[in-house]
Amino acid sequence: MAKFSPSTAEIVRQAGVVPGSEFLLEVEHVSKTFPGVKALDDVQFRLKRGHVHALMGENGAGKSTLMKIIAGIYTPDPGGSFKLKGQEIRLTSPLDALQYGIAMIHQELNLMNPMTVAENIWIRREPLNGLRLVQHREMRRKTRELFDHLEIPIDPEVEVRDLSVANRQMVEIAKAVSYDSDVLIMDEPTSALTEKEVEHLFHIIRSLKAEGKGIVYITHKMSELFEIADHVSVFRDGRFVGEHEASKVTRDDIIKLMVGREITQMFPKTEVPIGDVVLSAKNLSLAGRFQDVSFDLRRGEILGFAGLVGSGRSNVAEALFGVTPATSGKIFIDGKETLIKTPAAALDAGLGFLTEDRKESGLFLLLDIIENMQTAILRRGFTRAGFVKEAEIEAMCLQQQASLRVRTPDLFEPCINLSGGNQQKVLIARWLMTKPRILILDEPTRGIDVGAKAEIHRLISVLAGQGVAVMMISSELPEVLGMSDRILVMHEGRMTGIVDRKDANQVKIMELAAQ
Amino acid sequence: MATDTSTSTAAATREPVLRLHRRMPPEVSILVVMIGMMLLFEALGWIFEGQTFIFNVLRLKIMILQESEIGIIAVGVTMCIITGGIDLSSGSLVGMTAMVAASLAQVSGYSHAIYPGLTGLNPVIPVAAGLLCGLLVGMINGGLIAYTKIPPFIATLGMMVSARGVADWYTNGEPIGNLEDSFAAIGSGWWPVIIFLFVAFVFHIALRYTRYGKFTYAIGANPLAARVSGINVERHLVVVYMFAGLLSGVAGVVHTARAISGQAGVGMGFELDAIAAAVIGGTSLMGGVGRMTGTVIGAVILGILTSGFTFLNVDAHYQEIIKGAVIIAAVITDQYRQRRRRSA
Repeated sequence: MAKFSPSTAEIVRQAGVVPGSEFLLEVEHVSKTFPGVKALDDVQFRLKRGHVHALMGENGAGKSTLMKIIAGIYTPDPGGSFKLKGQEIRLTSPLDALQYGIAMIHQELNLMNPMTVAENIWIRREPLNGLRLVQHREMRRKTRELFDHLEIPIDPEVEVRDLSVANRQMVEIAKAVSYDSDVLIMDEPTSALTEKEVEHLFHIIRSLKAEGKGIVYITHKMSELFEIADHVSVFRDGRFVGEHEASKVTRDDIIKLMVGREITQMFPKTEVPIGDVVLSAKNLSLAGRFQDVSFDLRRGEILGFAGLVGSGRSNVAEALFGVTPATSGKIFIDGKETLIKTPAAALDAGLGFLTEDRKESGLFLLLDIIENMQTAILRRGFTRAGFVKEAEIEAMCLQQQASLRVRTPDLFEPCINLSGGNQQKVLIARWLMTKPRILILDEPTRGIDVGAKAEIHRLISVLAGQGVAVMMISSELPEVLGMSDRILVMHEGRMTGIVDRKDANQVKIMELAAQ
Repeated sequence: MATDTSTSTAAATREPVLRLHRRMPPEVSILVVMIGMMLLFEALGWIFEGQTFIFNVLRLKIMILQESEIGIIAVGVTMCIITGGIDLSSGSLVGMTAMVAASLAQVSGYSHAIYPGLTGLNPVIPVAAGLLCGLLVGMINGGLIAYTKIPPFIATLGMMVSARGVADWYTNGEPIGNLEDSFAAIGSGWWPVIIFLFVAFVFHIALRYTRYGKFTYAIGANPLAARVSGINVERHLVVVYMFAGLLSGVAGVVHTARAISGQAGVGMGFELDAIAAAVIGGTSLMGGVGRMTGTVIGAVILGILTSGFTFLNVDAHYQEIIKGAVIIAAVITDQYRQRRRRSA
């Protein structure tokens, strides 16, 4: 296997001698396993010089994982091949990838906000004078040159934190181009841009194409696919399902490829009598996040929330629970208008909220299981003369541990040592102990193994059977379809519809979610 | 995974046994260090000085007395650090409360008294004034931190400067003497030590067995998760900093009573020793981790170092150098231990 070092690659590129190959990038039989999850399963991907290659798929289909492998952030599982311009290479770090000419523009921008645009672009490569001091004037000149070339109207001297999101995106792109990269990876670059800014971005992409660069373009938006892409590869459940020329497929073809899976998981949804309305939201809005969301949630009902990442589903949940209270609209609990301005008020009203990101807003990672389970009920008393009733709480926690089958030697294990599924169960136990009447579950099965997933699904059904009203946000369509009585779909901060279980199918939901 | 499953059923049916025996508490290692240090000084004592280090009651008493004020502060500082914060104002607050308490504890009929009309008061009054003053400053610290969201480091740094200013301004830097014997009694004999151990015990219990403690750890471990669990994070932080302020007040009163005079400059640098005691005792500056027993041991270790070196006639400069190294070594070993625990 011929390998060449980054510096050799640099020389080859500068000399303009390109090893004869039709493809800039050829990835074959690549897999990536995370603890408990196979994120990518034997996928392939090819990128031609001067082409824009779109990657599509649902959330969790494996697009971002593949791109992170290409950008050197993740190391793939052993086996598989990775060819850059016909040469087999092995990336060890993002820096390595950059030196080979592969640059990634992340969805969450990686700029140093308090530094200037020029400093950000030339970081680690600052022009130095004889005394090894940074030549700011030269740096500014080089930045101007780069910006003129890309037609980006930004002053190189402003601090990045003073730029709009769109302009930061432009700076990221310019930075990637400044590395003389041949492969540019863009992960949903338009998610925060206005229409005009998207136009400008596409203009830049077209000129990069004309220069012979290859662009990998991850997107959820069909319209963009047909406007900018030459090829499209579709992924589903970590597998590659097909590559097509963008001009030869239709929107429906793509949707079918994205969702057309056999449902392998069993969802133990049981029919339970649906009772009275317990929670109803009327014209709930949070400025800048979502508008006019209205729905009713009944006893024993599971209301699914579908939509793409960033469509505002989690924001609705946070507003209902008082984490970020809604700026307008009303919440009714049992028909009575209830002000929920803090999570404490939500708890008092009988709500429970399993948050989306268990590490960020759920777990106390360094604390024991028991300490993680007990936090929400401690508000309700459980003290005698000021002392926490440890024995009583421990008994409750043990009971939860047994019924949820949390796999741990004892309750005094720090949560950081548990697997994702067990961590999730600990958090579910925290809320079950409060005996909630309304339970909001945000991505209850994200990043956990199949076995734990099935257990959590079964539990949700049991809870609904006991009369708990469940609101379940999930980015996995089969999960939403399999578990919900009704499905509320959101797109860019607005409700685009509520679909009944009997009318719901993947295509219908995707249509509402992707518009 | 297979082993996990096999133990799960056993865990589910097992009765909750006494927790103490489950896992070796983290203080054990630091306790070993403390004992090792004492033995080292004992050995060095016989080699260089020809006498015992530990078995000298007077030395032991001085050793504990000089650390008890720092220990009292460290109890409050430990709680601030567990919430993920810090309290830099405690040393200055000792000075400030010392002045306030002293000014109300002067002997009756003293013609040059600060408040000539308020002399010969019951000692309860100066004590209460000192504590109240500490409580108030702590409330301001907590309020600033919780509601303006400025970093605790900055809020208490500002307070450190201002409180020292108040202490100096109070009498234009003049010391306050001629204090009542009944007030001075608080600082005599073993009282400072008893007070230190008493507050440490009270807050040890509070941290381990009350809701106050559980919320303190939760906020330090993950403030966002604490909020989502319905904890009023802001209000709780104010309470924690109020306790810290109160304890600085206690230290200020104890110091004034022990010195039988109020001086604006007292407590200089105490905040750093208190932080050191907490950190040596295993409290993590990242928040969520720490125990009062560790802090007490940490304070004792600092005391052993100081009196041990004095006993061996080591130059004061060397003492400081070594003390600094010990603090750093303590944190390094602690981090190493935590990392091992996490990957276990």
